[in-house]
Amino acid sequence: MSKKKNSIWMFFASVKLALFVLFILATASIIGTIVPQDAPPQEYHQFYGSVLEGVGLYSAKAVSIVTKISTILSIDDMYRSWWFNSLLGLLSLNLIICSIERLPDVWRLVVMDNHQTKIGRLSSMRHKLILTSTDSIDQTTSKLQQLLASMGWATSKSEKEGGSLLFSQKTPWTRLGVYAVHLSILVIFAGAAVGFFYGHKGGLNLPETLSSKVIYQYGSGEELDLGFTIKCNWFHMTRYPNGAPKEYQSELVIIEDGKEILTEVIEVNHPLTYKGWTFYQSSFESHKKYIITVTNRDNDIPERFLVPLRQAVRWQNEELLFAVKDLVPTDTPMVYNFRLLVSDGKGGQHNLILEANTPKTLTRADGTEYVFQVKEFFSTGLQVAKDPGVILVYIGCGLMLAGLGVAFFMSHRRLWVYIHEQDGTTTILVAGTANKNKPGFERNFADISAKLINSQSFEVQK
Amino acid sequence: MNSALLLNYSTFGYLFASFIYVAAFLFKSNKAALGGTFFTAITVIGQTAALGLRWYESYQIGIGHAPLTNMYESLVVFSWTIAGFYLYLEFKFKNRTIGAFALPFAFAAMVFAESGWLNISQEINPLIPALQSNWLIAHVMTCFVGYAAFAVACGIGVMYIIKDSSANKDEGLMGTFPPLRVLDEINHKTMVFGFIWLTAGIITGAIWANSAWGTYWSWDPKETWSLITWFFYAAILHARFTRGWQGTVVAWLAIGGFFNVLFTYYGVNFLLSGLHSYGS
Repeated sequence: MSKKKNSIWMFFASVKLALFVLFILATASIIGTIVPQDAPPQEYHQFYGSVLEGVGLYSAKAVSIVTKISTILSIDDMYRSWWFNSLLGLLSLNLIICSIERLPDVWRLVVMDNHQTKIGRLSSMRHKLILTSTDSIDQTTSKLQQLLASMGWATSKSEKEGGSLLFSQKTPWTRLGVYAVHLSILVIFAGAAVGFFYGHKGGLNLPETLSSKVIYQYGSGEELDLGFTIKCNWFHMTRYPNGAPKEYQSELVIIEDGKEILTEVIEVNHPLTYKGWTFYQSSFESHKKYIITVTNRDNDIPERFLVPLRQAVRWQNEELLFAVKDLVPTDTPMVYNFRLLVSDGKGGQHNLILEANTPKTLTRADGTEYVFQVKEFFSTGLQVAKDPGVILVYIGCGLMLAGLGVAFFMSHRRLWVYIHEQDGTTTILVAGTANKNKPGFERNFADISAKLINSQSFEVQK
Repeated sequence: MNSALLLNYSTFGYLFASFIYVAAFLFKSNKAALGGTFFTAITVIGQTAALGLRWYESYQIGIGHAPLTNMYESLVVFSWTIAGFYLYLEFKFKNRTIGAFALPFAFAAMVFAESGWLNISQEINPLIPALQSNWLIAHVMTCFVGYAAFAVACGIGVMYIIKDSSANKDEGLMGTFPPLRVLDEINHKTMVFGFIWLTAGIITGAIWANSAWGTYWSWDPKETWSLITWFFYAAILHARFTRGWQGTVVAWLAIGGFFNVLFTYYGVNFLLSGLHSYGS
């Protein structure tokens, strides 16, 4: 009990500290939403310049001083700063100590032997009912046990002060709900810490048809080894009739030990996960070049060519010479078809209009058929994350919702029935309490009372 | 019949219902207040049909998505959840005077949606890839049920303060309000309800963000402000449970909390930039 006297301990256990830390965190967060975060230095000069101008204190020196203070206090990268995260740490410490401080008392209430409750306390409870019976104490007791059990209140019995005491309770564990909520916050923080220390976030710009074994960490740009190879077969972008982007898609292949393990099309909101690494469709880049795929129908072996606009390319073996002459607008803004000029080596000149990714067949004078297909050459922009802490965060979130539900909507309800002899009559004292939702329990208790009275086995004491 | 017309009618439906509730309160007529309930219910049904119709219309123009994707649609949903939540509250606590302080919020949301004051587009826009997710409905609906509860709590806070500061608390006009103790209780329960839905809204948002970007929390202004709002209501609940705060101070906090909600909902989109910019 000595720790209870310790004022430092009590300080860390206090709700005041929690509210104070929450207040500071909230204030800091507000500043963080106003001051640009993680921006280039010149932006801060501009930002603080306009702020100081707004309050009429503008001078070049003032701007540089404020900018410097902002840098020292990491206000420009606040959510990652030591002091912001220390505050989160302090909040965790507060939650832990406050729970250690209060939990034993609450636990005692959860597991306590309610047969030890003093009879005097029962008669002073707000919800009570006094009945009498003409039967003996034993008969009355078993009758009551039966009746209560049929109402869903299975009772246990003890002998007490010459009478018998019945007790029944519902959901005593719900007293722990609020601690489950506190615990859930700690679990979420733990998940965030796991992510911080063991997680990786990076990006990768992968040109179509190429592959990579590494990604590049955000911030540092450091190479991170995936442990397998990721390849992009193709990137597609579709648009709505008004030209707005509808979907970005990439077909990714996972290659391990030279074997293709997995091929999957990802899009925004539908990432691909493999061995803890998740690949998110995030952006794309056009290289202003075009992939022309030509297939000779005799052998069906496709050959690919990468060419800039208006630059001819020759397929030596087949004596073909071709170029993307220009882009032809379609009904959809920003969507183009391709005009392909083909010189077939047998004197034929062809002018084909091709939709992206839609093959078209050309027949040469000698009867050979070629299938042409054109698409713009893209790199897919992937965001890549490995965060082993996410599962903890999700568990914490689930626990929080469950805990809130229990803490706010469920209560520990207790019911005592004391049967004893008073002035030669068997007298029954029914009493009950609930730690929460008192109006709800009032209805509960009224219902029990009505059922007992209506059972015709007892008289209501005048 | 199209959704735009039906939504126009909804605006007038809420105006009319607010008017009846206020008049019934001023003339102390419980019977007239029943008319308020009737018109609110009819309008909620009509607005539900309008939202369904707008959803259907979006499919007809080839960009089908739930009507939850821009400021206009969110204001409509806001008024819808306020009215729906209010009806639930009225059913639960059997008091119609709250309607005079809750329904005007539903009407105001529709006015902002329809009037053009906010300069927002009423068109059905195609859904950008980032919003194409099953989490859209879960995230937006949980948030707005929470916001609606906080709006109603604000109205109840106003009632509490009016009643508390009037000389004759239990007679005349003030006699038709629920007793202060009951108002305080309803206010508390409404905030608890809103708090749980806000929690669910933040969580669904985090899960969605993680499935879209691989980051469940990025201190984007909308996220940060929703967390600040969460802190605010968490603080009110803690002050009540551990310090016994209630009554007037909590009524004022309910009003303050709603300003916090409004900034999270509207202010962030227009004053700060971030991931939720498509909400404007």
